[in-house]
Amino acid sequence: MAEYRLKTPISEEDIRKLHVGDTIYISGTMVTARDSAHKRALEFFRRGEPLPVNLEGGVVYHCGPLAMKEDDKWRVVAAGPTTSARMEMFEADFIKAYGVRVVVGKGGMGQKTTDAMKEYGAVYAAFTGGAAVLAAQAIKRVVGVEWLDLGVPEALWIFEVEDFGPLTVAIDAHGNNLLEDVRKKALERKARIYEMLGV
Amino acid sequence: MNVDMIENVAVELLRRAVIYLPEDVKKALQRAYENEDNAAAKTQLEAILRNIKLAEENEAPVCQDTGLINFYVSVGGKLWDLVEIEEALRRATRRATREVPLRPNAVDIFTEKNTGDNTGRLVPHINWEFTTGDVLEITAFPKGGGSENMCALRMASPGEGLSAVKRFVVDSVLEAGAKPCPPVILGVGIGGGSDIAMKLAKKALLRPLDQPNQNPEAAKLEEELLKAVNMTGIGPMGVGGRSTCLGVKVEYAHRHVASYPVAVAFQCWAARRASARIHPDGSVEYLTR
Repeated sequence: MAEYRLKTPISEEDIRKLHVGDTIYISGTMVTARDSAHKRALEFFRRGEPLPVNLEGGVVYHCGPLAMKEDDKWRVVAAGPTTSARMEMFEADFIKAYGVRVVVGKGGMGQKTTDAMKEYGAVYAAFTGGAAVLAAQAIKRVVGVEWLDLGVPEALWIFEVEDFGPLTVAIDAHGNNLLEDVRKKALERKARIYEMLGV
Repeated sequence: MNVDMIENVAVELLRRAVIYLPEDVKKALQRAYENEDNAAAKTQLEAILRNIKLAEENEAPVCQDTGLINFYVSVGGKLWDLVEIEEALRRATRRATREVPLRPNAVDIFTEKNTGDNTGRLVPHINWEFTTGDVLEITAFPKGGGSENMCALRMASPGEGLSAVKRFVVDSVLEAGAKPCPPVILGVGIGGGSDIAMKLAKKALLRPLDQPNQNPEAAKLEEELLKAVNMTGIGPMGVGGRSTCLGVKVEYAHRHVASYPVAVAFQCWAARRASARIHPDGSVEYLTR
């Protein structure tokens, strides 16, 4: 398991080097998007309307931050990841449409996303759920916020980050899915667990 | 009764709850870290421990999901006006949202609008308990959405008995996988009606990790279930490892002859709760940091 430091925009070549279990740290730009933002972004794509931010070679973060406005400037107080499974229905199309290279979240994603990541060259990187202050520390500046009409958690937050991590590569661009493998192994143990419990 | 004082205490409880994790939870996470030899699991637990420390140092909420606000209120005697307490807790929730701050998390079902202040229809939710004596005890329990979404209820058949409980707990953990932010704490409610089982499962999460159930049979079940769910190997954040669960807490009620409700409440590692006791003379005793 190797450790990498990546800077945005990230090239496909750098992404293909990564394997599940690797640790990565990201510097540059990260953009948050949850359910509503994914949905709206795909509607924009269908209509051929440009997004307010360029995601080519970029990093999307499944996160609804806790942010405060102080003297007209936003400050991020806490910004841990949200459950990525909710974005499974959008992510493959999203990666294809916008050329995203890294999706950061928690809890893992499914087969459709895994296939899209293999095809277009992207990875899913798991950040520790709840590690919101650790995340906030790596966020150096709020570059901007778009779509605030969706609410503070659902808006597109554009962050400048430095060594954001540690992130565990949980889906690589070679079709491997770490969390899914762990879950499959757990399911295989079910019979043994039942036996131990005498049920 | 000093309503302003109750409001101030509740704001303080919400602040403490979202910033400082209870000592029993911190100890359990530290032990989990020492007990892991899987590198990815250790990385996750290390990030958790660092985050807890940073939250305390910066006085910032430990997780950005500061939850849907619940209060458990135990109130004794006739000294307290319940309607006023309820209003004070609503005001406290609004104030804490601005002052701590908390993330606004209360959304209307039909308009999809976020109220922006963490109050709304039946939110914050107040669980009342009436006791003898004259003490008012308030516990703030902000419950995050990620773990809440994994809560599950099964109406088992009485013929299956405790076997159904064991199977359902294991199945629920396998189904939840990495989603509830493991290492989790599990509350298991057995008996009553469907609503009571879930209420008990949730309430079980208030009991500190180092306190087993007082009924030795229930305590044995807690221990057995903890061992079982840790055998899944799901590990911290689902990356694999020994620490899937920090503790299982069982609560129970008598059941209908024909029913066997089993509820499983998931709590993420950021198990936030803070309690205080208010005495009739106005003195306040904080029971958690």
